[in-house]
Amino acid sequence: MSTTDKVLSRRKFLNRVVLGMGGAAAAVISVPIVAYLLSPLINPAKNVWRDLGPVDSFKVGETIAVAFEDPSPLPWAGETAETAAWLRRVDQTTFTAFAVNCTHLGCPVNWMPGAELFLCPCHGGVYYKDGTVAGGPPPRPLFEHEVRIQDDHVQIMTRGLQVG
Amino acid sequence: MSRTRRAYEWLDRRLGISTVIRPIIEHPVPRSVNWWYVFGSATLIIFVVQVVTGVALAFSYVPSPLSAYASLEFITNDATLGHIVRGIHYWGASAMIVLVTIHAARVFLTGSFKYPREMNWLTGVMLLVLTLGMGFTGQLLRWDQDAYWAVVVAAEQVGRVPLIGGILVQLVVAGRTIGGATLTRFYAVHVFLIPSLMFTLIGVHLYLVIHHGISEPPTPGELVDPDTYEEHYEEILKKDGVPFWPDAVWRDAVFALAVGAIVLGLAIIYGPKELGQQADPTIIQAFPRPDWYFLWLFALLALSPPSFENILIVGLPILSIVVLVAVPFLAPDGERSPRRRPWAIAIVGIGALAIVLLIREGQLAPWSPDLNPGPIPANVTAGLTTSQQEGAVIFQQHGCINCHTLAGVGGKRGPELTTVGERLSNEQIVWRVLNGATNMPAYNTTLTPDQVTQLADFLTAMNGESAPGGTPQTSGTR
Repeated sequence: MSTTDKVLSRRKFLNRVVLGMGGAAAAVISVPIVAYLLSPLINPAKNVWRDLGPVDSFKVGETIAVAFEDPSPLPWAGETAETAAWLRRVDQTTFTAFAVNCTHLGCPVNWMPGAELFLCPCHGGVYYKDGTVAGGPPPRPLFEHEVRIQDDHVQIMTRGLQVG
Repeated sequence: MSRTRRAYEWLDRRLGISTVIRPIIEHPVPRSVNWWYVFGSATLIIFVVQVVTGVALAFSYVPSPLSAYASLEFITNDATLGHIVRGIHYWGASAMIVLVTIHAARVFLTGSFKYPREMNWLTGVMLLVLTLGMGFTGQLLRWDQDAYWAVVVAAEQVGRVPLIGGILVQLVVAGRTIGGATLTRFYAVHVFLIPSLMFTLIGVHLYLVIHHGISEPPTPGELVDPDTYEEHYEEILKKDGVPFWPDAVWRDAVFALAVGAIVLGLAIIYGPKELGQQADPTIIQAFPRPDWYFLWLFALLALSPPSFENILIVGLPILSIVVLVAVPFLAPDGERSPRRRPWAIAIVGIGALAIVLLIREGQLAPWSPDLNPGPIPANVTAGLTTSQQEGAVIFQQHGCINCHTLAGVGGKRGPELTTVGERLSNEQIVWRVLNGATNMPAYNTTLTPDQVTQLADFLTAMNGESAPGGTPQTSGTR
C-alpha cells in the first residue's frame, strides 16, 4: 500500500467526519424548529360550546347570522377571534346551525330570506334552507354545527374550517 | 498617480475588481443577442424594486390581525408618499409576474433550455413558481375581506389533497380556524421564507447564465449536439463575441428603465390596490375575488365539471410543474429555432390565449349570482295585470332575479328571461319553477301555489311585446 492511498483515506475520513457532523448538527437543530412549526397540529385548540343568547331572541322559521368566539383565540387575533354561522330556529325546541363556508371552496354563503336559499358569491353554489344543495358546484350539503339548549340559552359548538 | 487612481488600486487589490469582477461583467456574448433577451434582466430589476419597496413597507406594516389593516391605512393615507411606495410594490408584483412569464415563454420558444442550459431552466421554473407564491401570499397581507376569503379558498383547495388534506389545512391556517396565528404565518413566508429561497435561486440562475453564456439566437437548421455544442459556442464568441458590458447591457437597461417608468407611472396615476373592507369573519356579505393573476384559476374552478374538480385542484398544479420540469429532458437537443418548432409556438399561443380568456371570464364571473340586483325597470311591469305585477314582486324578492337577467337587471347564472314568454308556455314555466333544474333550485316548497301562478303569469307576459316601450335589453348592468 502506497503513502498516497493512506493520505487519501485520511482525507476520506475527514471528509466524512465534517459532513457527518454537519448533518447531525442540522438534524438536531431541526427538531425544535420543525416541532414549533407543527404546533398547530400537535397542540390543536379543543372545540367548545359558545352561548348565542336566550332561546326567545330567535324567531321560529328565521335564519340569521350569529357570531361567536373561536376556542382560545390569540390576544392579537382582532376581528378574526370570531367566527360566524347561520342559525335557523326550525321549531320551538329545534335549532340548526350551518357553517357559513360553501362546501365547494369555502366562500361565505349568503342567506336570501325571500327565496329561502343560501347563495354563494364565488362560483354560484345554491343551498336550500335545510343546507342541502340546490344547484351549482358544491359537492355536499352545508356543514353543520352542533347546537343545544342549556338553561333557556342557545349554545353552539365551535368547529374548525371543514374541507369537502 | 492621482488620488482616485490610488484609491481604486488599493480597493482593486483587495476586492479583485479587475481580476474577477470585470471579466464577469465583460464576459463575451454573441453579437446577435437581441431585444428578445431583455425580459430576464427586467424581471431581476423588478425583483430588486420589490425587495426595496417591501423592506420599506415592513417599516410600518404590523403583521397581526388586530393592526394589519390599520397599519395599511396608515401607509396608504398618512405616511409621506406611502401610497406611492405601496403602489410601486403592487404594480411591481404584477409586472414581475408578467415579465417572468414572458421570459419563460421566450426561453421556451428559442429552445434556450436545451443542452447545456437545463439547470438554468429548472432554477427558472422554481423561480416562476416562487414568484406566483409571492403574489398569493402578498395579496393576503392586505388583510381585507378578499384576503381573508382567499386564505379560506386556498385552505379548501389544499384540503382536497387525498389523505393528508386535513393536516395540510391546519398547517396553512395555523390551527383549526383562521385567527391570530394565520397572518403571521403568511407574513413570514412572504417576507422571509420565499425571498430567501429566491435570492439563492437567482444567485444560482445568474451563475449559470455566466457559466454557460447567453444562448445565441437560434438559426433554423443549426441543431444542438451535446458533443459539439460547447465548441460551437466558443467559436461564435471568438468569431463574433462582444462584451456583455456595455455592448449588450444597454438594451437591458433601456427596457428595465421603461418597465420601471411604467410601474412608477401606474403607482402615481392609479395608486395601490384599494383596500377592501377589513377582514371580519362575521361579515358574511363578501364577494371574494383573487387579484388578476389568479383570476384564471378562479374561472377554471367555476367552469370545470364538479366530477373533474378534485383532479383539477390537486392535479393541475402538480401536472404543470411536472410538465415544466420535464421540458428540457423531453427535448434536450436538436432544433432550437421556433420556425422549425411550430408546436412550441402553438403551445405558447394557445396557453396565452387560454389564460387571457379565463382571466376575462373570471372578471365577468357570469356564474356568480348577483346578490344586490337593482329593481326590475318600471316599464317592464307597467300595463301588467295585478296578478302579473304580484309575480314581478315574487321574481324580485324570491331570488329569481339574483340568477336571471330581466330587461338588463339581474344575475347571469341562469338563462335570460326578458323574452321567456316567447320560448316557454305558461305550463312549462310552472313546471320549471316547481321542479328547478340542474343548477336551479326547486321552488315547490318555498312558494305557495298562488305565488307560482302569479310568477308564471308574469313570466309568460315577458314575450317582448307586452311592455310598452319595454325594449328587451341583452346586456346586463354590471
